[in-house]
Amino acid sequence: MEQARLNIILHELKKSVLVSLWFMFLTFPIMVIRVNTLDHTIMWRWTNMAMIGCAAFVLSFFWRWAMKKKEASAVPAKSSWPHWARQNWAGYVENKTWIYTLQGLMLLGFIILPWIVSTYKTNILISFLTYVVLGLGLNIIVGVAGLLFLGHAAFYAIGAYSYALLSKYLGFGFWIALPMGGIIAALAGVALAFPVLRLRGDYLAIVTLGFGEIVRLLLENAGSFTGGPAGISNIPRPQFFGMHLSVAETNIYIYYIVFALALVTIIAVSRLKDSRIGRALQALREDEIACEAMGIDRVGVKLMAFGLGTAWAGFAGVIFAAKTTFINPSSFTFFESAIILSIVVLGGMGSNAGVILGAAFLVLLPEYLRAFSEYRMILFATAMVLMMVFRPTGLIPARGRRYVVHDPDLDLDDGSKSKEV
Amino acid sequence: MDWQYFFELLLGGLTRGSIYALIAIGYTMVYGVIELINFAHGEVYMLGAFTGLIIASVLATLGFPIPMILILAAIVAIVYSACYGLTMEKVAYKPLRSAGRLSPLISAIGMSLFLQNYIILAQTSDFLAFPRLIPDFEFMEPIAHVFGSSDFVIVVASGISMAFLTLFIKFTKMGKAMRATAQNRKMAMLLGIDADKVISITFIIGSSLAALGGVLIASHVGMVNFFIGFMAGIKAFTAAVLGGIGSIPGAMLGGLFLGLSESFATGYIASDYEDVFAFSLLVVFLIFRPSGIMGKAKVEKV
Repeated sequence: MEQARLNIILHELKKSVLVSLWFMFLTFPIMVIRVNTLDHTIMWRWTNMAMIGCAAFVLSFFWRWAMKKKEASAVPAKSSWPHWARQNWAGYVENKTWIYTLQGLMLLGFIILPWIVSTYKTNILISFLTYVVLGLGLNIIVGVAGLLFLGHAAFYAIGAYSYALLSKYLGFGFWIALPMGGIIAALAGVALAFPVLRLRGDYLAIVTLGFGEIVRLLLENAGSFTGGPAGISNIPRPQFFGMHLSVAETNIYIYYIVFALALVTIIAVSRLKDSRIGRALQALREDEIACEAMGIDRVGVKLMAFGLGTAWAGFAGVIFAAKTTFINPSSFTFFESAIILSIVVLGGMGSNAGVILGAAFLVLLPEYLRAFSEYRMILFATAMVLMMVFRPTGLIPARGRRYVVHDPDLDLDDGSKSKEV
Repeated sequence: MDWQYFFELLLGGLTRGSIYALIAIGYTMVYGVIELINFAHGEVYMLGAFTGLIIASVLATLGFPIPMILILAAIVAIVYSACYGLTMEKVAYKPLRSAGRLSPLISAIGMSLFLQNYIILAQTSDFLAFPRLIPDFEFMEPIAHVFGSSDFVIVVASGISMAFLTLFIKFTKMGKAMRATAQNRKMAMLLGIDADKVISITFIIGSSLAALGGVLIASHVGMVNFFIGFMAGIKAFTAAVLGGIGSIPGAMLGGLFLGLSESFATGYIASDYEDVFAFSLLVVFLIFRPSGIMGKAKVEKV
């Protein structure tokens, strides 16, 4: 008995040592050697190798432990809550009064927040709320309709550039440009959707990625009209009934605008899910062919998904342009799309609360953990891979609608006569 | 018509196309076996170029002769890239084999971002000068102004490796197993083919070819940075789609087609819109002929 356990421990240790050796070998040229190609000197950083070795040794235990756990729970649990959380929290979550109180408190908190914190922190909150809007928009396309979309930044750019160009050439104000930015982005989304209707999954992902890059390259190369790589500056900030506001005041004003937009988005998107269109989108995600057989207009619904999703990116873009007063194409690269996608993926595809939490993680955490800011992207990337491997449903998984069946003939194990479907 | 300009573009396109073809083979092979667009494939190419640069610099300070450096650096880069490809598959794709199609794709995007940032953190985010490793051949002297020695080496090296790959796929037992797995993985497993091994070897071959392309193009262009894999990856993917994804001769043909058409488009139409052109070609092909030049149209059964 003792012998058998010892053997298992030795076996595990051996595995981890091998993994650690493998990673030390693998990362050797990149992590250890650093060449300066100008003065031909070479730096040997052996400490990195030791660090990689130790980290791989420790992490390989976690990896195998997590893998074992994942395999053990291959049958999906009935509830997505872990057992201890179900016991302690589930009661509160099911209880509507609690939710409303919590939501009211958060609303109140967000309303008074800009008056308490500094302008700098208000700025961070503005960018957090912008990403919430962007994430929720993308969530309609990726989470609800299941179409992998990698060009969201392009529509963000379209929104921002619509405001910048409309005000530069036609003298449009912010309040006219805001709805127009959304509409233009939505139209562009529908225009993109038309040709890609037949494509699915991975092809669609690549085409949308290509489209995003085309938009960026066009903006960069369009010369004097869009300002080229230098972008457009001196975009007017929004006016408050003709009053002149200081920069700090405008900031708070923009905060309220984006907060209102985020609220509208949250309400609209959560209502959408229960609507006829929302249900059609979810059906489309589950099975396209079955969906068509049930009489859902696949073309119309897909166009709707793209239009609804990209419109929010357009709104967010207008606000972004108004806030920074300066935009250029390099703000809208593939990285931007990848960040928005990781917000949706980490939070939980299809779940609105998840997207908000995801945005908080990706925007607020790096700001408050300045020391980690250079590791920001690599941590996101790692989180994306690990999330897909161990928890593909995200931090807060989306919950479908539940129906309770009361059937006198139903006999369940716990003796009850009703069942959740 | 200016014939010299035409030949310049033609040969430039040929060089470009061979590199696209080398990378596209990796995409197409992986797609053929596990139906996944390996988003991080461009990053393997970038890692190959970086490893090559590092090894070449170390060897240069040790005083090795130039042709030796090229060969050794290329071999080390190929070995390391193959190891990266293998590790990537084991960590990010293998656990997701039974999941839907969205999860591995997102995992691949994560992997691609991870590798880019790995290079930024471990090396640099700036451009690094890549040493000129390909010597000027004397017999190339008369046409050196249109087709330099590095172009020649690129075309010949990619031609040879593609020929070897074709022979490998056609005549070895492993090649046969690969074709079987690509056709129907479940059936292949029933017949005793170790599908995991086939998938690993697919990743190894694809990554090696990408690394070869990386080292060759880096010494041709003369610099590398962490972002070169993104564009090269997308263009190679375009090439794979043009040729019909899943088909190896298709990837070679698609690579050449893309290289040539890009070269002519930038030469005769507009050089600012080089990348726009490749993307537009991709979009047009995906919409009108998603099965590519060589691919067969797939009929979906319900």
